[in-house]
Amino acid sequence: MFVEVVEPGLATTVQDLGRTGAYNVGIPPSGALDQRSARIANLLVGNPETAALLEAPYLAPKLSFDGPAVVAVTGASAQVLVNGEERPSWSAVRVDAGDVLSLGFVTAGARVYIAVAGGIDVPAVLGSRSTYVLGGLGGHDGRALVAGDRLPVGEAGGVPAGDQLLRTLPERYLPTWSREVDLRVVLGLYDYRLSAHSRDLLVESDWRLTPVADRTGFRYQGPQLDFIEREQPFGAGSDPSNIVDAGYPIGSIQVPSGSEPIVLHRDAVSGGGYAQIGTVISVDLDLVGQCAPGTVTRLVPVTLDDALKARAQARENLDEVRAVLAD
Amino acid sequence: MGESRYSWGADEHLVVQIDEEMSLAANFKAMAISSALAAQGLDGIWDICPANASLLIRFDPDRLEPELLERTVRDIEASVGQEESPSIKTRLIEIPVWYDDPFTREVGAKFRDRHQRPEGTDLEYAMAELGLASVEEFVERHSGSPWIVSMVGFVAGLPFMFQMVPQERQIELPKYLRPRTETPRLTVGHGGCFACIYSVKGAGGYQMFGLTPLPIYDPAQRHEVFAESMVLFRPGDIVTFRPVQEQEYRELEAAVDRGESVYRIVDVEFELQSFLADPDAYNADLLGALDVR
Repeated sequence: MFVEVVEPGLATTVQDLGRTGAYNVGIPPSGALDQRSARIANLLVGNPETAALLEAPYLAPKLSFDGPAVVAVTGASAQVLVNGEERPSWSAVRVDAGDVLSLGFVTAGARVYIAVAGGIDVPAVLGSRSTYVLGGLGGHDGRALVAGDRLPVGEAGGVPAGDQLLRTLPERYLPTWSREVDLRVVLGLYDYRLSAHSRDLLVESDWRLTPVADRTGFRYQGPQLDFIEREQPFGAGSDPSNIVDAGYPIGSIQVPSGSEPIVLHRDAVSGGGYAQIGTVISVDLDLVGQCAPGTVTRLVPVTLDDALKARAQARENLDEVRAVLAD
Repeated sequence: MGESRYSWGADEHLVVQIDEEMSLAANFKAMAISSALAAQGLDGIWDICPANASLLIRFDPDRLEPELLERTVRDIEASVGQEESPSIKTRLIEIPVWYDDPFTREVGAKFRDRHQRPEGTDLEYAMAELGLASVEEFVERHSGSPWIVSMVGFVAGLPFMFQMVPQERQIELPKYLRPRTETPRLTVGHGGCFACIYSVKGAGGYQMFGLTPLPIYDPAQRHEVFAESMVLFRPGDIVTFRPVQEQEYRELEAAVDRGESVYRIVDVEFELQSFLADPDAYNADLLGALDVR
């Protein structure tokens, strides 16, 4: 079975939950930016949560199927159409040979996930099918999709005949996307390099997401932050926001020259010479991935313990979703 | 080196800052802790990334309690601190460089508005910054002594290299005022006290000096040198730059394409204390390994 890309969308890539073990040579985890939506898309079509699917920011691809298949669209809000007829999102939907799946504009959130029963069956590279575009690695030829690409689909347990709608996520588990979000942040790393006033500004200000927001990082506009003046240590570089080049945690926030903080995401550069002043907790990185330019963002300081609690809560929620969709 | 600073990158990362400033000793400590931690095979660790003077660990807190991870790393740090003469088994790799080539010149000219010195080339800027009389003299400084790979990263397979000479003789240069949006693949660059080789085409802020014909990252793993890993460099590798002219550059480029063995790599042992005692003599001896293989 193949899925053919009729129109590629803006920057559609094959992703799964990402890779580990190669960050030490500069190959980032990659994987779905909104991991919860990706996992649920797979659960809906009966795939393992680790199966590869498509991630499409803002403008989704148009796809045709050369055989019967089960698909699910999750993530950002967008009208789901099969041959121009509306179908529900967050649901497993049956399509037949020759059917065309297309999506309307994203109206809330930023990225949709499209899962196909059997999973997108591109070869795993370093343990993952995720695309890392900058390194030309993984996914479909290491790049974003283009029109005419034929994506192989793995073996799925037979497609049920008859019903077009097979399974749907109960409404209480649906995320809500807002143009105003709070991101929980564990401050630390090099935050001691900021002036006391700037540390206050960081957590008291509204930060507006700029259009520079992709899989590598999300850049925000707001007040200028100042780093404490010092004689720079050997090898660090001349700007007070510079450090001796170091590894970057996924989700860490850097503020080059004190202006426009950047939250690094799953395709980020693995290291560099800018001081990081804290890290968005792993659960809220899903939310970052669904923020569209213009989103007003507050950074809310939490402890490591709070981050672990939020993680446990998210896990319980996902356990419930698994149980509900297993029926 | 004072006490290391431990800090959490939220719930999935532990960062150990060994020193604020760059030194071989700090780099060795980062590598030693990384190797020892890897050897323990603790369940729940995703990535261990030694950096120049620090260390980043990515982990799964559902499988490994943060507190246990921190305690383990602190214990390792205490034990590696007691080693009197740290040494590493590593490799010496020769990297041919066509300095001042026309491609690098062209890209440099294109981004002049982002540079400290809009006139001239990055090489001429580096020469002036270091108070040298000619570009040739700069090339001699750059290629005359070896460099140690102190960190691999930024993008896939990009080596950061630290020059193996006393601090007062190290090349230290500012980065571009604003980063370029384009840097050719295999450009040899320099920022702060670090040399680098850009492994893929992309953004960059380091000064640009020339090109190497030898690929250092190949996700398709075509050449035998990439059989084990798609990335050529590992932390701790020692690199020596050899100036070449256009003809040899082109010959080497073609030879790599044909899959010929043109990478010159030998195994060596590096002892930190012997090096620190007399860097010049030690380097001369070390580089001799390439001639006797």
